[in-house]
Amino acid sequence: MTSRQKERLTSFLLLLPSIILIGVFVYGFIGWTVYVSMSKWRGMVPDYTFVGLRNYATLFSLHRFRVGVKNNIIFTALFIPSSILLGFFLAFLLDQKVKFEGFFRNVFLFPMALSFVITGTIWAWIFNPQAGLNVLLKKMGLEFLQSGWITDPRVALYSVVIAATWQMSGFTMAMYLAGIRGIPLELREAARVDGATEWQLYQKVIIPLLHPITVSAVVVLGHISLKIFDLIFVMTGGGPAMATDVPGVYMFMATFRQDLFNRGAAIGTIMLLMVAVVIVPYLIYSMRTEVER
Amino acid sequence: MRVRPWRVLLYICLCGLALFYLMPVYVVFSTSFKTMQEVSQTSVWQLPATLNWASYKEALAKLGQGLINSTRLAVPATILSAFLGSMNGYVLSKWKFRGADTLFALLLFGMFIPYQSILIPMVRFLQSIHLYGSIGGLVVVHVVYGIPMTTLLFRNYYTSIPTELVEAGKIDGCSLLGIYRHIMLPISAPGFVVVMIWQFTSIWNEFLFAVTVTNNPASQPATVSLQGLAGGLVAQWHVQMAGALLTALPTLLVYILLGNYFVQGLLAGSLKG
Amino acid sequence: MSRRVLLCALMLILVASTVSFAQNQLIIFSWWTAGGEEDGLFALYDVYQAQHPDVEIVNATVAGGAGTNAKAVLKTRMLGNDPPDSFQVHGGSELIDTWVKTGYMEPITDLWKEEGWFDAFPQDLIDMISYEGEVYAVPANIHRSNALYYNVKLFEKYDIEVPTNLDEFFAVAEVFKENGIPALAIGSRNLWEVSHLFESVIAAVAGPEFYNELFQGKHPWTEPRVVECLKILGRVFDYINADHPTVTWDQACGYVLQGQAAMTIMGDWAKGYFTANDAEPNVDFGSVPSPGTEGIFIVVTDTFGLPKGAPNRDNAINWLRTLGSVEGQNGFNPKKGSIPARIDVPTDPYDVIALSTMEDFGKDVLIPSVAHGSAVIDAFASALNDEMGLYIVERDAEKSAERLEMQAQDLGLR
Repeated sequence: MTSRQKERLTSFLLLLPSIILIGVFVYGFIGWTVYVSMSKWRGMVPDYTFVGLRNYATLFSLHRFRVGVKNNIIFTALFIPSSILLGFFLAFLLDQKVKFEGFFRNVFLFPMALSFVITGTIWAWIFNPQAGLNVLLKKMGLEFLQSGWITDPRVALYSVVIAATWQMSGFTMAMYLAGIRGIPLELREAARVDGATEWQLYQKVIIPLLHPITVSAVVVLGHISLKIFDLIFVMTGGGPAMATDVPGVYMFMATFRQDLFNRGAAIGTIMLLMVAVVIVPYLIYSMRTEVER
Repeated sequence: MRVRPWRVLLYICLCGLALFYLMPVYVVFSTSFKTMQEVSQTSVWQLPATLNWASYKEALAKLGQGLINSTRLAVPATILSAFLGSMNGYVLSKWKFRGADTLFALLLFGMFIPYQSILIPMVRFLQSIHLYGSIGGLVVVHVVYGIPMTTLLFRNYYTSIPTELVEAGKIDGCSLLGIYRHIMLPISAPGFVVVMIWQFTSIWNEFLFAVTVTNNPASQPATVSLQGLAGGLVAQWHVQMAGALLTALPTLLVYILLGNYFVQGLLAGSLKG
Repeated sequence: MSRRVLLCALMLILVASTVSFAQNQLIIFSWWTAGGEEDGLFALYDVYQAQHPDVEIVNATVAGGAGTNAKAVLKTRMLGNDPPDSFQVHGGSELIDTWVKTGYMEPITDLWKEEGWFDAFPQDLIDMISYEGEVYAVPANIHRSNALYYNVKLFEKYDIEVPTNLDEFFAVAEVFKENGIPALAIGSRNLWEVSHLFESVIAAVAGPEFYNELFQGKHPWTEPRVVECLKILGRVFDYINADHPTVTWDQACGYVLQGQAAMTIMGDWAKGYFTANDAEPNVDFGSVPSPGTEGIFIVVTDTFGLPKGAPNRDNAINWLRTLGSVEGQNGFNPKKGSIPARIDVPTDPYDVIALSTMEDFGKDVLIPSVAHGSAVIDAFASALNDEMGLYIVERDAEKSAERLEMQAQDLGLR
């Protein structure tokens, strides 16, 4: 064996444990889940009798699932823009040569170090209509802003979006700030020499350069949002009246509360498809641009 | 110095937003030091009359085991997945073979999947190897599903290290493994710090695996115990807030002490920061 | 070298984190974590511990009323071949359909014969815990689901009578509403509380016969009587506390105790909550059958069985022995606020309310509870909870009935 062949073999052997683990735990298990989703398995004993797409047909006719998908889409449509806009605004502010930048940056980013469970616990208290925010609003004379928050089906989903934005906007801020700081100073200087105002500088030079970051942020936030479970499970459990129910929560409930394993597997498969639509093109795109570099 | 209105506005915005981000922290502190009576009144936003540690005592009694379990889970899982990631990252950045990038992309995909799509087989699998319900089982799960992220972080890290070092090692007659052990590992410390902080934080904070794999209080991580506090008797918000703070403490400390490394991991997690 | 040391350390951590040492334990799984329930459970432990002082009891509880959380935990534990030594399970469908038919339980008919229990427990109860001629559990208690609890002082203050039927209920509710007090305190946080209320309404409006037939799948859910029941449930919700989605059943009882609400409809485990909070029967709070259900007894029974592969099987059998004994029944039930499942125990430890419940148990029509898993499979009870949560917001009785019918068909109940 030549040393080159030997090295090939060693490099492959080094990767082998991970290849096997990921092969089984990711791809194998996905296949298994798809199979369960087309089976009769309900209850405590597995029943792998094949029933085709019947479970999917049932699933799509179920009110709870349809509401869940709708909620998840609304949630995503609100959560991504709010985190991106707020994160960008924070990065923009911090870019203005402010004093105590480090302090502010840490304040905006620290929620990222917390568990969604902790965020959910705290915000459930803030959004408790008897206590929390409503009391503060009353003190400030803003009674008209009071609401049932997570107990009001019309408002609950937005309350959860606020909590999620609180947690994740620091992340987009960090991405944008790194991006802005990565832009060569000469570019900015050149624009300033040309008489551009700070606003024009952002509009014409900086924002276009940040496009790849926006794409990354949308993808990362998007996949988090499409598989969201813990925050909602802890804050509202999907209620009131399914107002905050999402497939991520329903999958857990259907599988481990109702023993409908085939339904749980079908929900899991659909969630995977939703996330894959966002992730796969992005992965391909990332790999391509990397090769070009 | 002239005060420009634009700068004033800037600082007003910053301080206002900082208040928004810190409000929950205030709520946690002020609520957790109150007594049951103080909490149930409408004085949520007032500071407690006295520093009352009782809720911390109670929270610790209910979460203590969870915190220990989380530690016993996060420490070994972090170390193991970091090592796997480091080997993968080394090979995938310095010994690229044909198809290495495709393989890498296939590994990465595992980072993004909703875990709901593998949960049922995972439970069955852990049952069959008799690790279901134990912290050991949770360690296995976190090591495996941590591989994509640790590989990504280490691959990025090793890519930034000049290939000349590897070439030099080859000339000195080192093998692939020799170069890893004698050249790469000694300079991998910063990479390990980033990866381990990231893994520790993610594993500590994780909930879905924790709640499906471990059920009995004896092996529950802290996030599950904390969630259990909410389902209890008459809502004891002061205890819940104290519990939230206790659960947050380890990762918050890591963030405060090693924030820069945390941010590095965060940015690398989005593929290209 | 250093790497090898590190690896060894790693292995040690791993091994230490997975190995647990076998001990002489008794692992009892339940969802009794609230005041009176917990007291009762501990009283039972005391009885057991007195007989078996060398056994360490592991109190594996999971909070969350009616055990919705706990049942999920139990299932994953059982699936994971990690059964407790014995676990709380509602008699009826929950025990038989979920655990016995699927082969997870050991029959304990011999224990029943040995202890002479066939004469001590009523036959219809034994039927609820039997399958194909074998007995699979020991009932710890009997609960009445259809109970109304009220604040005595509030009724005295406004000089009104406690309602005995639904018409009277709505008349009384109107009086309280005029005085700014919610007539009924409900905690719908976990949703089963609404199903619980609904089963009382069905029994009151459509009667016990229809009730049984409906849950046996003999009537469609779209049938007018069901729609009528839903509409009445909707009317009840006009008279309840506004914060019900964040409140649990015990908090709702707290509202009644503190006079923030006049009544609540909850199983008789609620009495344990009242007495644990130093309230006195018929002075601070009173109890009657929920409006319109006089003569009907909706049964909830907590039972314990013997799972296959129980880690400490002998201890578990002794636990069941204690549970079924007179001493065990009377140690547990007075504290829990339930009545004994045995019909041959001394009645002196029981208060007036319990004594009247025991009397009713002897003469009323008995029907199994839906919300507590005795009448239908878990999956449908759970779907019913979801639908209830939706209904109390949408208030569209026909639509809810249609969706319930769809669920019933999908789950093979009809």
